[in-house]
Amino acid sequence: MKEYKLQTPLTDEDVAQLKAGDVVKLSGVIYSARDAAHKRIIDLLDKGEDTPFPLQGAVVYYVGPSPAPPGRPIGSAGPTTSYRMDTYAPRLHSLGLKASIGKGKRNDAVKQALKDHTAVYFGATGGAGALLSQCIEQSKVIAFEELGPEAVRAMKVKDFPLLVVNDSHGGELYAKPKLDPAD
Amino acid sequence: MRKIKTADIVEAVAAMCVSANTKLPDDVRRAFEAAYAEEDAPAAKEIFRQLLENADLAMNTKLPLCQDTGLAVFFVEMGEEVFVEGNLKEAINAGVRKGYEEGYLRKSTCHPLTRKNVGDNTPAVIHIDVVPGDKLRIIYMAKGGGSENMSRVTMLSPAQGWEGIKKFVIQRVAEAGPNPCPPTILGIGVGGSFDHSAKIAKRALFRELDDVHPDPEVAKLEQELLEAVNKLGVGPMGMGGKTTCLAVKIALEPCHIASLPVAVNVQCHSARHEEVVL
Repeated sequence: MKEYKLQTPLTDEDVAQLKAGDVVKLSGVIYSARDAAHKRIIDLLDKGEDTPFPLQGAVVYYVGPSPAPPGRPIGSAGPTTSYRMDTYAPRLHSLGLKASIGKGKRNDAVKQALKDHTAVYFGATGGAGALLSQCIEQSKVIAFEELGPEAVRAMKVKDFPLLVVNDSHGGELYAKPKLDPAD
Repeated sequence: MRKIKTADIVEAVAAMCVSANTKLPDDVRRAFEAAYAEEDAPAAKEIFRQLLENADLAMNTKLPLCQDTGLAVFFVEMGEEVFVEGNLKEAINAGVRKGYEEGYLRKSTCHPLTRKNVGDNTPAVIHIDVVPGDKLRIIYMAKGGGSENMSRVTMLSPAQGWEGIKKFVIQRVAEAGPNPCPPTILGIGVGGSFDHSAKIAKRALFRELDDVHPDPEVAKLEQELLEAVNKLGVGPMGMGGKTTCLAVKIALEPCHIASLPVAVNVQCHSARHEEVVL
């Protein structure tokens, strides 16, 4: 288990060295997108239009933050459950997306896409939204403002604490539940 | 009849929405501290450390504990001698609107098909029971989507009995894995009807984590299920560890002779709830 400090946009070299269980402190710009925003991005791709941010080397954070109180760049901002974005993730990885940040399991298609396109799935601590928001220095809505909490934001982060859950070599961090075979 | 003004309900509900979302309940904090001491694995320990730090930070900054400030769910116990001057449900919804706006809480309700956000976190889910007395008790829960999505209702055959219930719950927790933000709290509704089992499962989540069910037989089943679920080793946030679940709360109701409805309502570790008596 190693610790890395990485800067966005991520390269193949950045990603290839990571193994499930490694700790990453991420800095740079990451983009928020969750359910509704993903659908809109895929619709844009289907129409041959530009995505709200360049996908090459990008990191997407599955987050719908709470509103920013006065004097703060953002409200509480922890990860949402990732499997709902599994439908969209392989296509985005094929277009250069290097990482997603969320919580919970990914399906086999996503894990395969991570291998095929040298990408990684990071976990952040669910329910620690107040704590994680302290690593977000700036936040600006850049697309789909009408989606409210689901709008796409560019967020400048510093030393955002992540765990590598699924790496680009097929490794996975999550514990396998010990089900009694007799059950 | 005791009269209660809707304005008082609005204020009380708004205040509850804000405080429940920013202050971790004391029983949950105690459970985190106990689990932190209990866990050996560094990843599991680190998660409890972060959750305790998060709780302190939320209390000091008034930021919500979690960005998912939930669907607003209410259980209302209305005394038979209470007269609300105006519309009770509208007053609760007005309180939700006010609390979620003023507390900088996320509005998470949307049209189920178009997915368009309603914009003010209403309508709340409101269960109203009429009870003896002249008090109005309003219980609020901020129910997050991640854990709610892992909840299930099933209709077992009466022959499956307790063993069937146990198997269903363990299987559900294993399949849910890291998704509902473990360590979870499980509300188990057994009996009633299809719909009622789910309602009593949710109602059971309002019990204190460290209380003991008044029926010793049920208390024994809760303990048995808690131990079985924790043996899965899913651990905090699915990273492995001793603490997959903080507590199991079972509610039993008589049911049809042909049926055995069972509902599991999964609650994340950030069990935000509060109540007020007017």
